[in-house]
Amino acid sequence: MKFLRDIKRNPGLYIIMIPVLAFFIIFAYVPMFGIVMAFQNYTPKGGFFHSEFVGLKHFIDFFGSVYFGRTIGNTLAISILNLVFGFPIPIIFALMLNEVGNKYFKKTIQTVSYLPYFISVVVVCGLIADFTASDGLVTELIVALGGERMNYLGQAQFFRPIYILSDMWQGIGFNSIIYLAALSGIDQELYEAAALDGAGRWRQTLHVTLPGIASTVIILLILRMGSMFSVGYEKIILLYNTNTYETADVISSYVYRMGLQNMNYSYSAAVGLFNSVINTALLVISNKISAKFSDTSLF
Amino acid sequence: MFLVILYILLGIMGLIFIVPVWHVVMASFSEARLLASNTGVVLLPLGTPSIGGYKIVLTAPGIISGYGNTAFYVIVGTVISMLLTIMGAYALSRKGFEYRNVFMLILSFTMLFNGGMIPTYMVVRNLGLYNSRWAVIIPSAISVFNLIILRTAFQEVPASLEESAKLDGANEFTIMFRIIVPLAKASIAVVVLYYAVGIWNSWFPAMIYLKDRDKFPLQLILRETLLVNDSSMIASSADAQNATNLDRKLVKYCTIVVGTLPIMCFYPFIQKYFTKGVMIGAVKG
Repeated sequence: MKFLRDIKRNPGLYIIMIPVLAFFIIFAYVPMFGIVMAFQNYTPKGGFFHSEFVGLKHFIDFFGSVYFGRTIGNTLAISILNLVFGFPIPIIFALMLNEVGNKYFKKTIQTVSYLPYFISVVVVCGLIADFTASDGLVTELIVALGGERMNYLGQAQFFRPIYILSDMWQGIGFNSIIYLAALSGIDQELYEAAALDGAGRWRQTLHVTLPGIASTVIILLILRMGSMFSVGYEKIILLYNTNTYETADVISSYVYRMGLQNMNYSYSAAVGLFNSVINTALLVISNKISAKFSDTSLF
Repeated sequence: MFLVILYILLGIMGLIFIVPVWHVVMASFSEARLLASNTGVVLLPLGTPSIGGYKIVLTAPGIISGYGNTAFYVIVGTVISMLLTIMGAYALSRKGFEYRNVFMLILSFTMLFNGGMIPTYMVVRNLGLYNSRWAVIIPSAISVFNLIILRTAFQEVPASLEESAKLDGANEFTIMFRIIVPLAKASIAVVVLYYAVGIWNSWFPAMIYLKDRDKFPLQLILRETLLVNDSSMIASSADAQNATNLDRKLVKYCTIVVGTLPIMCFYPFIQKYFTKGVMIGAVKG
């Protein structure tokens, strides 16, 4: 009744909400219901309602297959490497920029550092493929430094370094924005007070700058942890090939390949559901923790 | 001493960001023959600067239609996305809307959990959107993240403005588009850019939902040329049959430049709003 009264009071708002709600029902909640296909032998003809029910068969198949360990291992390896190398670099970059006195130099480096972020993922992957080919720019550099000449993207042991380094190249500048903002928010008087107490540049960094950005760093770190199991498929699909599956194939790219290339709809929906459940759990946990550390949380 | 090292390190980082891009641009104006046998960085066009590569790229089928399609997807997609997002954000920002938190929960939950790639694909197919241009636009029309950005901005508009408009007999649509939206211009601009850049970069939905090449967005065409090693583009150009391998590299670089140029033209503008967006997003969380 209360609901009807609210409709009566705000008819315009409810009319405005109809298309928005319709969107979320059709493209978010119906697919959620569509997860039943993970427990079926889905056929396009049978649809969600009339396909044969097979229970946990697909999950058992996945857990028993060689791909279970491999895709989880690759997902975690890429996530962790990306965290270990990709997370601190923007912070260091921001700290370095912060020490620069020359305004124009700082501005130039900053502007240039955002540049790679605006190149589309397809083009970035095109650049990677070109530069790491046997006559590519990066390969030439490696050869000049005494390395071997080969097509690096085609080698399983080089996939992860290439993936991580190119991610760093694209993201350093953009990811440093938030730290630069945190840095500019630090009270200048703190530096003056520290200088009066005889603190040099290093001690100022240690005792004023780092504590000043610590909360930002902690929150971003916790939120990063929440997406540990969700390595995006786009860049993986663009870069991997049969030679590099063993180090490159992550859960989401496996879902794509099984489902949309090999048409094992139900099986890959099951793998996708498994991944979603872990992702959701991690997100909830990381948000709980982040809410504890600060007022910042996603929901 | 410390400062010298700092400047040198930052300078090197700057070069790492810019040199690959510079190399591509300069190489794209080079002579195909010299480029094919070149090793190392191209700092200036090799041989006489030429636009031969661009002639091949721009006359090849695909790039032009890809551009046209992408323009359509970006413009129509952004308009639809903005309309829906503004509507949702507006309704959910009204304090008099008693059930707004329930609806917000329904929307936010989709950020946390979703059906996944395969069930979503099936739903889009069952709706008859397979091989339709709408499949690229509609299923990803609203981003909850962007909706929250706008909702926050709309909440900050003083309620007194809305009340006086209501007294004057304005309906919700008038209030939304005449009062609230103009007062939240900065956030609107940020969200427009997020959507537009997102659609510009998008290729995956087009790859899985579209069959006809003449509907492909630019990014999908770029992928064929740059990553799938499809030489049909070069082979189909009139006089290049025997020069295929010679031209391959040049065509690649020209394709990259042609495919990245528009976003780079908007880059200074975009950069400003993107950095602003990062801050809005950060405040929201």
